[in-house]
Amino acid sequence: MGNFPFVVAMLLVILGLYTLLFKRNLIKLVIGASLIETGVNLFLVALGYRTAGIAPIYTYAPPALADRMVLPTPQALTLTSIVIGLATTALLLSFAVVIHRHYGTLDVREVKELKG
Amino acid sequence: MNALSVHAPVLLVATPLLAAFVVPLVAKLGSTVRNAVVGVFTLLTASLAGLVAANVLAGSGAPSVYVFGASPLNLTLPSGMHVPIRILFEVDGMSAFMILITALVAVAATLYSFSYFKEHSGGEMYYPLLFLLLAAIFGMEETGDLFNFFVFLEIAGIAACGLIGFRPWRGRSQEAAFKTMALYTLSGLFVLIALGLLYGQHGGLNIAYLSSRVGAEMLDLVALGLLVVALGMKAGVAPMHMWALDAYGEAPAPISAVLVASSQASLYGLFRVLFTLFGAAVSVAALGWFLIALSVLTLFVGVTMALLQKDIKRLIAYGAVSQIGYMLLGVGVGFTTSGSRPAYGFVAMQGGIFHMVNDAACIGLLFLAAGAVHRASGTRDLNRMGGLGHDMKWTAALFAIGALALAGVPPFNGFSSKLLIYESSFAASPILAAIAILSSILLLAVFMKVFQAAFLGPRLLENVREASRGMLVSMLMLAVVVVVFGLFPGFFVDKLVTPAAKALWLGRDAYVRAVLGG
Amino acid sequence: MNGINSGFGAWNPLVWTALFLGIVAVALAIRALGRKDYKKKTGQTKVYLSGNEEPEPEDLHVRGDALYWGMVEALSGYYRRARALHTGILSDYFAWIIVTLGIVFVLLAVGR
Repeated sequence: MGNFPFVVAMLLVILGLYTLLFKRNLIKLVIGASLIETGVNLFLVALGYRTAGIAPIYTYAPPALADRMVLPTPQALTLTSIVIGLATTALLLSFAVVIHRHYGTLDVREVKELKG
Repeated sequence: MNALSVHAPVLLVATPLLAAFVVPLVAKLGSTVRNAVVGVFTLLTASLAGLVAANVLAGSGAPSVYVFGASPLNLTLPSGMHVPIRILFEVDGMSAFMILITALVAVAATLYSFSYFKEHSGGEMYYPLLFLLLAAIFGMEETGDLFNFFVFLEIAGIAACGLIGFRPWRGRSQEAAFKTMALYTLSGLFVLIALGLLYGQHGGLNIAYLSSRVGAEMLDLVALGLLVVALGMKAGVAPMHMWALDAYGEAPAPISAVLVASSQASLYGLFRVLFTLFGAAVSVAALGWFLIALSVLTLFVGVTMALLQKDIKRLIAYGAVSQIGYMLLGVGVGFTTSGSRPAYGFVAMQGGIFHMVNDAACIGLLFLAAGAVHRASGTRDLNRMGGLGHDMKWTAALFAIGALALAGVPPFNGFSSKLLIYESSFAASPILAAIAILSSILLLAVFMKVFQAAFLGPRLLENVREASRGMLVSMLMLAVVVVVFGLFPGFFVDKLVTPAAKALWLGRDAYVRAVLGG
Repeated sequence: MNGINSGFGAWNPLVWTALFLGIVAVALAIRALGRKDYKKKTGQTKVYLSGNEEPEPEDLHVRGDALYWGMVEALSGYYRRARALHTGILSDYFAWIIVTLGIVFVLLAVGR
């Protein structure tokens, strides 16, 4: 296992950054932001993993493995991050809809009335 | 009374949250009841802010810790644990200072909103978002836990973007809100990656706990870099400042003032990371000089681009971005010299921190006056306005006070803080002081352009009436703060700014000891 | 007494305000020595422009853009480039953040 989950998480983040920098459609930018969120959530969950550990629940824990639990705190951090990601993605998409209604286009290089 | 002052830090965040959920229900009873409820909650929040600040500043200067769910409220290490496992609020001198700034801006913006949105609908959505934003800003400034800071940072971002795009029939405000939300999302994710790295290295996310364990290893430095860039972007430091121009320029006038307070809270987060979290553990020279270079770039680009603008609010937005450069310059000089600790380093910190309250009051006053001008003349284009000063004498006078104060004209408060910044940055490097003074003069030129185009000259527009009384009273409140802080700077520097500067400059050990004990 | 001391100098705004008001009082005293018996709105207060007509105030008002036109023209090289950099395109905003992040990482790695 080793560092493989972390490498995949950072790869997702880099793919998301590539989307944000080089794609022209506003919806694709939102998907890029969502990719970065997924990468970061994967990174957080992978932080807490302990090899051959069990879920961090004390009730009915098998006694042989009761001291080898995965860390619960990163799981809490990830849940919070998923909820925040949901709220921001919803807000971004609703703004994109209204922008399309006003500008007639979703091209990020055309939506630039605020410049200079 | 004792229970109130003990629980005041958490009530300061809970009261606006409660207000945010009560106001939509109360708004069904009519706009007068809604305004009364909003006013009561705002005054309550401001009093709690004053109470928290008074408790911390009147004490010995040690940070006061509030642990959620602990039985004596400062029990940070229960049952002999070595790691603080609960979320805690830790209010020291710097936090108390930021809380007072936010409370001042909150009261002024809410009072202004009553008049500004008088005949408009949508109030039942506007005030809850405003209260959520205020709760998040207070939470950012009080918390002692990094993940709690991240959560409040995101809440503030979502509420702020909802308020920026509040009028959906203007396409530009939606564009500004989309850009701001996208950038806030990216910076929040950078902060979360940094938090993940720190958690993986050290096993905790409490600021005091991390401060005692962080070192100069590669992963810690990666986390530092991510945090510095993400929080600097949210504060509006060049070259990542362009969202701030769109956001401040397109938001409704009272929201621009509160957005400035939110950017200052992100700047506070940057200072907390630099001084308290990493402190002397990282070799400061290269990063410190880079921050100073960015601050000088911010203040120069902000002011010179402001000269080109036709839109009054975008022009003041450029002014707001340039003032963030002054704050970062002062504290950046303090950070760069925090190894050798010369006397001018502390003076620079005092100047930068004093400029935060001066800028909040002056820029708030200017944004509110620009809103009054927009409401009275119906346009935001400086080329079409003229002669508003004939009918709007009070607004013109208050705008002049704010503009002169921000440009650093004595005897207003901008001069006191800018004097401290000029003299200490001159000791660091003379070029910094030269560019800073030049930018101040250019800022005076910029506001002279606005004043002449909007207020002076013959009457060019019809039907111009003075701003309504609520708007004038809120602007007068900020102007009184400007004048009083300007005439008695010594008192405010001793009582408010020096504890804040000491808390950052020297207070790292006290901060860690308040949580980890011994 | 009340002012701030920056280690290089001191600043006391109350003394400054007292001095300022004193100078204003002196200026008003000198103004009061003048004559008050002139008649307004007659030839005694008309502006003399070498015999030319005085234009209407509405034509004289300098608009917002025109006030600093000269300065913007003089620095037009800088302004053209600075204005071109503020494109308003969202992808460019992200690019600036990534560039700054790269510079910060390089500085932290080198300074370690």
